[in-house]
Amino acid sequence: MNDRGTRVLRLDALARVEGEAALHLRVKGDTVAETRLRIYEPPRFFEAFLTGRGHTEPPDITARICGICPVAYQMSACRAIENACGVTVDGPLAELRRLLYCGEWIESHTLHIYLLHAPDFLGRADVVELARDQRAAVERGLRLKQAGNAIVEQLGGRPVHPVNVRVGGFYRTPGREELRPLAERLRQAREDALESVRWAAAFDFPDAVCDHDLLALRDPGRYAIDSGTPAVMAAQGQDPALREFPLADFEQHVQEGQVPHSTARTAALDGRRYLTGPLARYAINGRWLHPVAAEAARDAGLGDPLTGAVCDNPFRSIVVRAVEVVQAIEEALRIIGGYERPPRPAVEVPPRQASGTGATEAPRGLLYHRYALTEDGTITEARIVPPTAQNQTAIEEDVRKAVQARLETAGPAADDEELTHLCERAIRNHDPCISCAAHFLDVTVEHT
Amino acid sequence: MVTDLGPVIRTRPTLAVWKFASCDGCQLTLLDCEDELLGLTERVRIDHFVEMTPAEGADRERARPAGRGPYDLSLVEGSITTAEDAVRIQHVRRISRYLVTIGACATAGGIQALRNFADVDDFLAAVYAQPQYIATLETSTPISAHVPVDFELRGCPIDRRQLLEVINAYLAGRKPQISNHSVCFECKRRGTTCITVAHGTPCLGPVTHAGCGAICPAYGRGCYGCFGPSSKPNLRSMIAQLRHDGMSERDIQRVFRTFNAASPEYAPVPDLAAEEQQSPPA
Repeated sequence: MNDRGTRVLRLDALARVEGEAALHLRVKGDTVAETRLRIYEPPRFFEAFLTGRGHTEPPDITARICGICPVAYQMSACRAIENACGVTVDGPLAELRRLLYCGEWIESHTLHIYLLHAPDFLGRADVVELARDQRAAVERGLRLKQAGNAIVEQLGGRPVHPVNVRVGGFYRTPGREELRPLAERLRQAREDALESVRWAAAFDFPDAVCDHDLLALRDPGRYAIDSGTPAVMAAQGQDPALREFPLADFEQHVQEGQVPHSTARTAALDGRRYLTGPLARYAINGRWLHPVAAEAARDAGLGDPLTGAVCDNPFRSIVVRAVEVVQAIEEALRIIGGYERPPRPAVEVPPRQASGTGATEAPRGLLYHRYALTEDGTITEARIVPPTAQNQTAIEEDVRKAVQARLETAGPAADDEELTHLCERAIRNHDPCISCAAHFLDVTVEHT
Repeated sequence: MVTDLGPVIRTRPTLAVWKFASCDGCQLTLLDCEDELLGLTERVRIDHFVEMTPAEGADRERARPAGRGPYDLSLVEGSITTAEDAVRIQHVRRISRYLVTIGACATAGGIQALRNFADVDDFLAAVYAQPQYIATLETSTPISAHVPVDFELRGCPIDRRQLLEVINAYLAGRKPQISNHSVCFECKRRGTTCITVAHGTPCLGPVTHAGCGAICPAYGRGCYGCFGPSSKPNLRSMIAQLRHDGMSERDIQRVFRTFNAASPEYAPVPDLAAEEQQSPPA
């Protein structure tokens, strides 16, 4: 800051992301000296107040960590509690859960694609400006998002913080005939989703390569959403073999640390920087995409996921998200097509003294929960590791690389405005959900 | 459902959306008005809504986007949990003609108000290895504890239709038509058989503010109070009924200690729940 030739860029309010964050970037000559993503979302202490609550409460309580992906919290919480109690929810109840989750993927991804991310590629400030000359596209996005919300509303009662989820299953399951209008709507949404892939594929993508290890759940035979085993694909150029580890060992592999500038319990995977989310999921699960989604990916220039093509350009994540929307619609239609109303809406989950872990693929990546219970079901310890917290280090590195690359091509001529915009784009590529991250992040007290 | 937003006004009123400690679900509800969103943006100018649009006039001296304003209508989500936010809400009030709070965090302190019943240092130690980096207040308080509020919209999360009603009302210069009665009225309107009467399911409907459309009972679930207390709730009778329907004292304490835990109406709950078993209302 006081050195000659040093400039500091401060982006005080990241727009078009969920939650509140700032970025500090220090450039020395033509080198990026430091990038710091600072989260100033107030802390809410979920893990602390879950202690002493009952074992049936985490689905409703943890949903309130995030209004954009409440279903993800409900699903990971249910899995962890059921795991502790030695109960497995399978068959049609598990399929219904997956259907609900597909709804959240569709609405969350579509919100990001159309309202938050696309304006970057089209040089528009926001979706309102975008609607002025691409109204049909924006209306398509809103329709598609609404189709996702319709699933969540039908199964859950409302789009934000659905009420129908409980440990063991649901309060009420729909009859076959109740899902018929939903299927009709999803068949129309499929066209919108395929058009979204084509639309996004035609954007102009800056060159970039992310060289992080990738972490996603792996659920052999299907694209992981609501279950699977953690699997790691080493960064580009490393050994391409996948390695898996049991979910029970998650906290031994993912070590969280704290840094003063953001107090993120930043995460490292076996000591290395890593990324979770659509790019990781696609790399690890791509071979199990539905044919329609795989074809959309191939036509969009993503290579052939069925033979292991991966996407390593974070700017192209918008296309991967669009493909995942197609996948979620196909999956939802498959589930509705084969649905038989289960005999009971939920299975019993009697408490016992035990610990349990649960993880699912939230739209933004792997979401891990662990609970320790007493004999009567009282929670003695809660641990939640959301995707955005895991991705913070990777996001900072992507920002550094993007700015560094620009400085090398443009030299000191690259003006602050342009660099700031580039930073925002590099962050938005990962659709950070800061409310999620901030149940343990906050305003830092800086001593400068 | 398409809501008539009235005629296009030549000078569009300005709308701002602010976030404090919250999950974003209530401001997301505005984006969930897919059928009305584009129409709305033609009738109001959304000048400050960080989740949707770049902040105008970001104040580079402070690590906060500070809208310049003034705004005709400010929608405020979230509760006050930091010293910085206690200052920021004053600023928001100064630059807003009307200030409407949206959701349980902004109207009652939210789930994070559970810290009000505990020692926040214990919470810090439970969540952070190095609590000294964290700046936080000991309490989570609603917006109305800090500045005058023109209207409070309830719910965790708020209801989309009610949000549109509030925006329409302020654009038309009238009071929003939002009733204060209990969820029971909405069950009747929806034609849902009372799950307490029919199945003995514990339900907070009789003491909970309407507005959700009585979703839970329609799904066979007892109301769990996410819209907070209705006006003058009869807690003594409610708690006797919950006991009668098989709820333990501990579970009664817990069910009132959620998203509206710090509502003053709920203050007598611990004592009432601990009282000797009363005979249930006939």
